Amino acid sequence: MRLLTMIKRILIEMLRDKRTLALMFIAPLFILSLLYFLFQSNTNQTATLGVRNVNSALVKAIDNKHVKIRQVTSDTSAKSIIRDDDYAGVLTQKGNHLTLTLQNSDQSKSAILKQSLQKGQIQLKSKAAATTIKAQAAALNKMQKSLAAVTRQMGGASKAIQPIRGEQKLAAPNYHLVTHYLYGSQDSTYFDTLLPILIGFVVFFFVFLISGIALLRERTTGTLNRLLATPIKRSEVIVGYLLGYGIFALIQTMLVVLFTIYVFNIQIIGSIWNIFLINIMLAVVALTLGLLISTFASSEFQMVQFIPIVVIPQIFFSGIIPVNQMADWLQPVAKIMPLYYGAQSMSNVIEKGATFVNIAPSLGVLLLFMIVFLALNLLAMRRYRQV
Amino acid sequence: MTNTIQVSNLEQGYGRTVVLKDINLTVTSGEILALIGPSGAGKTTLVSTIMGMLRPMRGQVAVLNTPMPNRPLLAKIGFMAQTDALYSSLTAQENLLFFGAMQGISRKKLREQIPHAAGIVNLVSDLTKQVSDYSGGMKRRLSLAIALVSDPEILILDEPTVGIDPELRQQIWHELHQLAAAGRTILLTTHVMEDAEEADEVMMIRNGEAIAQGTPAELIANYGVSSVEEVFLKAGRQQDATTHND
Ligand SMILES: Nc1ncnc2c1ncn2[C@@H]1O[C@H](COP(=O)(O)OP(=O)(O)OP(=O)(O)O)[C@@H](O)[C@H]1O
Ligand SMILES: [Mg+2]
Repeated sequence: MRLLTMIKRILIEMLRDKRTLALMFIAPLFILSLLYFLFQSNTNQTATLGVRNVNSALVKAIDNKHVKIRQVTSDTSAKSIIRDDDYAGVLTQKGNHLTLTLQNSDQSKSAILKQSLQKGQIQLKSKAAATTIKAQAAALNKMQKSLAAVTRQMGGASKAIQPIRGEQKLAAPNYHLVTHYLYGSQDSTYFDTLLPILIGFVVFFFVFLISGIALLRERTTGTLNRLLATPIKRSEVIVGYLLGYGIFALIQTMLVVLFTIYVFNIQIIGSIWNIFLINIMLAVVALTLGLLISTFASSEFQMVQFIPIVVIPQIFFSGIIPVNQMADWLQPVAKIMPLYYGAQSMSNVIEKGATFVNIAPSLGVLLLFMIVFLALNLLAMRRYRQV
Repeated sequence: MTNTIQVSNLEQGYGRTVVLKDINLTVTSGEILALIGPSGAGKTTLVSTIMGMLRPMRGQVAVLNTPMPNRPLLAKIGFMAQTDALYSSLTAQENLLFFGAMQGISRKKLREQIPHAAGIVNLVSDLTKQVSDYSGGMKRRLSLAIALVSDPEILILDEPTVGIDPELRQQIWHELHQLAAAGRTILLTTHVMEDAEEADEVMMIRNGEAIAQGTPAELIANYGVSSVEEVFLKAGRQQDATTHND
């Protein structure tokens, strides 16, 4: 009865607070979309390359969809060409000597040019190698024929030549590389790797902020003290908050997950139910953590001050930087971050198709976090009423 | 007449600082006790201790013969805090419904009680307004209505008459006397001497000590003065004299 009234009150308050409502539902989608476009533009990036006196075969080999080739005829220095025409680089050939001058104000463009040049050179070399092999093979063939003629003349020793012919057959094929991707495809971008982590983070962050500030407001306006002057149990207050804000966290989670799936059209290998499950667990942990932290803050401003301490480090350990590549002493730190478990399971479900059994240990840890935070909340509530 | 509130040898404070020393008081059912004293004297601290929000440092506090703090007993106490604690995005009606439900009152009974409680403080026509649109005095009145809405056995009111006009003050006192006549116990704090004169029993607190206690008439007679205000001033001077002698 009390619990229902508590929940109802939270719902009414929330529905009348349009700005918080917008922050909770629109801001996460906005941030995710922004990131989507930021990373998207990066993958379609092209670099303009000026070429001067470069062998046309090499130019053809360098050319790909990320490089725009411009023929340069003037004799001015590469540097001034780059400056004047805003090319990402200029490639000049003098005899056997290639010089690549890069603008290098955007390292990603430099990387594109260097990579394309390297690829082009390899392509040319392998073609040349193939031509040489063909020529050698032809020469060998000739030799064999003449040898055969000789042996025929010498009388029936042709069997000895067979192995040589076999070896030639092996060396001759022109290698063609085909790349297979275990996860994702050749269209995979950094964003795809980042997205599962980002979903988890966005859900965690907004639920943390809003639940924390809500309880804080209740404290600073004195309504919490007033509430505790009624026979309500401390646990009822906490559970009421958990359920009341839990409803909003649930809607927010659904919205974020469905948005990323349908709008960004990302490929989910695992089950979508597991994704909901992970995010709901993350939201509940964020909720209990937000309530707990708010008891140590005495104003909204102080609550915001907790973000660099409580939330930001979690991003670093959530898998944006692979945890197993961190310094040894740093790796255990990740293990005390709820977001680490959430983000990791999200990546595993979305990219590797992890099943419930696979993610169960991580979910268990999140559950443990929730229980610990809940217990601490009950203890912290003692500050306001001792029974 | 049974003792409903019993405080004996109470010492109370925050952390190391002692705010109240050796407080003894008894309130019986049907009685109105007013706590008066200068700002910072410790009135709110005493009230919070009786409510069980604070655990006594020393001494005992019992309400209805039950030692405080005691959570279930809070259902029998209607409380009005010194600072208004209301949900400003809810209407007055919603606030009354919410706190009434928290107090453990059924919805049906609340529907009957709300017009009555709102009537005492003249808020009936403003019940559907959001509290954020209320004036300071209206908020004060709503806080009082919330304390009254559960029709409790004991009323504990921390400065209920602040920001309330004289006409409404009379109306409220009329209601309080009626409640006392019906056997309810009322404990309130105030700075206003007129309030003290309305009460059955007055306790003056100054610097954490009870400096005078009795019915207004007794006090006026004992101190040989003509009003409660003069009692208050004289008792204060006497307290200063004794502490200076120490
Ligand atoms: N939460 C608290 N922590 C520490 N000290 C406190 C706290 N609340 C009150 N005090 C101190 O206790 C003393 C008594 O305060 P209290 O609020 O009981 O006074 P009061 O008689 O109600 O005053 P007023 O008439 O202004 O409401 C004051 O000196 C105050 O500084
Ligand atoms: Mg006070």
